[in-house]
Amino acid sequence: MSAAVQAKPQSRLLLSGNDAIARGAWEAGVKIATAYPGTPSTEMLESLSLYPDLYAEWSVNEKVALEVAIGGSMSGARSFCAMKHVGLNVASDAFMTVTVAGVVGGLVIAVADDVGMSSSQNEQDSRFWGRFAHVPVLEPADSQEAYEMVKYAFELSETYNTPVILRLTTRVCHVKAVVQVGERSPIEITGFKSDSSRWVMTPGNAKGRLPAQIAREGKLRTLAESSPLNFLDPGSDRRVGFVASGPSYMHVRESFPDAPVLKLGFTYPVPVALVEQLAAQVDHVVVVEETEPLMEHDLKAAGLGQIHGKDLLPRLGELTPNILIPAIKGFLGDPIPPTTTYPKFEPFPRPPTMCAACPHMGIYYSLARMRKKVQISGDIGCYTLGAGHPWNALDTTISMGASMGIALGMDKARSEETKDKAVVAVIGDSTFLHMGMQGLLDIVYNRGNVTVLLLDNRTTGMTGGQNHAGTGKGLRGDDTPRVDFAKLVEALGVPSERIRKIDPYQLPVVFKTIKQETETPGVSVIITDQPCVLSEFYVKIKPYKVIDDDCTGCGNCINVGCPAITVRKSETKTRPDGKINELKFTTIDTAMCTGCHMCVESCGPKAIVQIQRAAATPGEQI
Amino acid sequence: MSDIITNILVCGTGGQGVMTAAEILAQTAITKGFDCKKSEVAGMAQRGGVVTSHVRFGKRVWSPVITPGTADILVAFEVAEGSRWADMLRPGGIAMVNTIRLVPPIVSIGLFKYPDDPVAQMRAAGVTVYDFDAGALARDLGDLKLINTIMLGAIADFLPFPATELEEQIVGRFRERKPAMVEANRRAFEAGRAAARARAGQDQPLAATL
Repeated sequence: MSAAVQAKPQSRLLLSGNDAIARGAWEAGVKIATAYPGTPSTEMLESLSLYPDLYAEWSVNEKVALEVAIGGSMSGARSFCAMKHVGLNVASDAFMTVTVAGVVGGLVIAVADDVGMSSSQNEQDSRFWGRFAHVPVLEPADSQEAYEMVKYAFELSETYNTPVILRLTTRVCHVKAVVQVGERSPIEITGFKSDSSRWVMTPGNAKGRLPAQIAREGKLRTLAESSPLNFLDPGSDRRVGFVASGPSYMHVRESFPDAPVLKLGFTYPVPVALVEQLAAQVDHVVVVEETEPLMEHDLKAAGLGQIHGKDLLPRLGELTPNILIPAIKGFLGDPIPPTTTYPKFEPFPRPPTMCAACPHMGIYYSLARMRKKVQISGDIGCYTLGAGHPWNALDTTISMGASMGIALGMDKARSEETKDKAVVAVIGDSTFLHMGMQGLLDIVYNRGNVTVLLLDNRTTGMTGGQNHAGTGKGLRGDDTPRVDFAKLVEALGVPSERIRKIDPYQLPVVFKTIKQETETPGVSVIITDQPCVLSEFYVKIKPYKVIDDDCTGCGNCINVGCPAITVRKSETKTRPDGKINELKFTTIDTAMCTGCHMCVESCGPKAIVQIQRAAATPGEQI
Repeated sequence: MSDIITNILVCGTGGQGVMTAAEILAQTAITKGFDCKKSEVAGMAQRGGVVTSHVRFGKRVWSPVITPGTADILVAFEVAEGSRWADMLRPGGIAMVNTIRLVPPIVSIGLFKYPDDPVAQMRAAGVTVYDFDAGALARDLGDLKLINTIMLGAIADFLPFPATELEEQIVGRFRERKPAMVEANRRAFEAGRAAARARAGQDQPLAATL
């Protein structure tokens, strides 16, 4: 990452799409850069924050991030805003009106779609926003294009007075490829100039601007037809001509080196005439786009015949060569080559787990103990893993901050069967500040019976540990005011005696507190206060071990879910009453163990003891 | 430069150094003037899950992902992960496998079974496997972090550039920041090379060459 920051103009570097975009945005003279972390977009701002001469922030959510960027653009600063696909749903309210108001400084919104769903709750196609908001969409296929397109996007934005969407996918953001970089062109900020007809979007003012928005789309349509981002790779096998955008283009070139390919980088408005020219040269046109058939539908609506797309190719996931080759060869009636020589061995699955000593485990260990008496509404973060083994203690996950609204809905919609169940919402610190607060306010306002577990681990964990308003540090690691969660929830109206701060490592306290609060009607908030084990705030202590002779094989410690605890030996024992007991004798990986002592609390026979060491090593608490 | 593309799939589990190894291979390739793409899916995989990294280099690389059945070399940092990705190899490709067995919680509590001998399974299917205990070699050299360098050393004689180029890329990373680690990494690299040669000499007459 730092290599790109220090790289001299014309250097040839191996850069991820995210790092290439950061470099391109910096060279384009970006002054304001904002984001909320989200895979696969996170590294764009992390990388950009390392460059000099610009303002960069982690915003509390994507809507605020876009609003800050809009304010920058209105003031004449080139402004950049990055988010994952679902982030633009959050930011869409601001987005759908800034498209009417327009820009002064170039405004580029980089949206990263998680095609293939490596770390997301859905697989949506952000290109829809281009049509919806009448703004241009650019789609790079690799790092070099991402770097060039972000620079061009600022010019396009300023020339056509429009925000620009840079649509990325995981295979652009996280693929490293060779990029030749250039140098920064400093651009001065003009400063905000008051113009109410322009910036005050009352119905009267906005109505006046709508025709310009539509006219702009027409001009962009013409521009797309002649854009150098759209070009034809000629080919000798003219049975099929491909129209491809994003990484699909790379997969098509890999799979069909002899076919003509119309490569589209400027994909909305769709350059229909270019496709018509291709169609005139080939027997069939196949549109290869991830994930929705947007270009295909536009082309069909424009009256082009012999257009294929999703009739041959899947609508979900990546369109990699192993998908493309059989689909297209099958369509042409060509023999389909065998794919693999060796068999696919499918050993056990290896799902992601919580880290050794993760403070979330104490909460889920306790919730699992009272599983039959609670409905558990979850949220988005590492703690979503509570739905997995061994806890199985999460019932819902929908969207950022949704745990509390959903919990209130469950509370208000009880059946005879669920009327006595407690309703619990589980949410992390970063997610709570992102979109969670309003849900809690709604529970208070509408007198819900919900116990909220606010797991404050002082980081945005799942995306790799980013700062937020509750960590006391900014994007560049600088000190900032830190939110006091207890005061915040009290200000929202949670009674002070129903706000409980607990140490999630103290299992009996955790269990007792959740039990008390769920058995008392009304709203309550339980706040945990142990930092993420991967964060700078976490302090390791001496590891523990199991004394083999004292271990009875009860398996309680396994239910904590710590990956440092594994089964050393299994036995089956028949009890006098004929019942069969599965005994599991455990051991602790002392290299992984950080001494959190959660498992000690779960162990009846006290077989888990701390290892005595002669001297502590640096970084350890003595 | 020929048109041949070299495909290397590096696999293992979260936290083992798979991505660093792939990064070093990719950096070496671009230093040699190759076009190169390196692809991985991170996200939730970092939490102890399955990690793979695709490294492709040659005159002009299009797709960033290796098509199943076309990998020249599979570098497995963990033995069951090696078997999980063995079908990615082309006929005549090789699997370089660290024999460590990392047992995840869902196996240790008895929900799933760890295969008895993933290497035997692969060999029975005709895969050319070079297997050795990189962890033991690293321990002998005094630092478990050297596994990464050992695994790279093990494939160094199967690449379209001299082994010394890869070695220099590894060592160069330490020269300025941790000069004390230069010698240890050189020894680890050589230990990896020697381990692969020893396995090739033993029971695998059909050793593939690229």
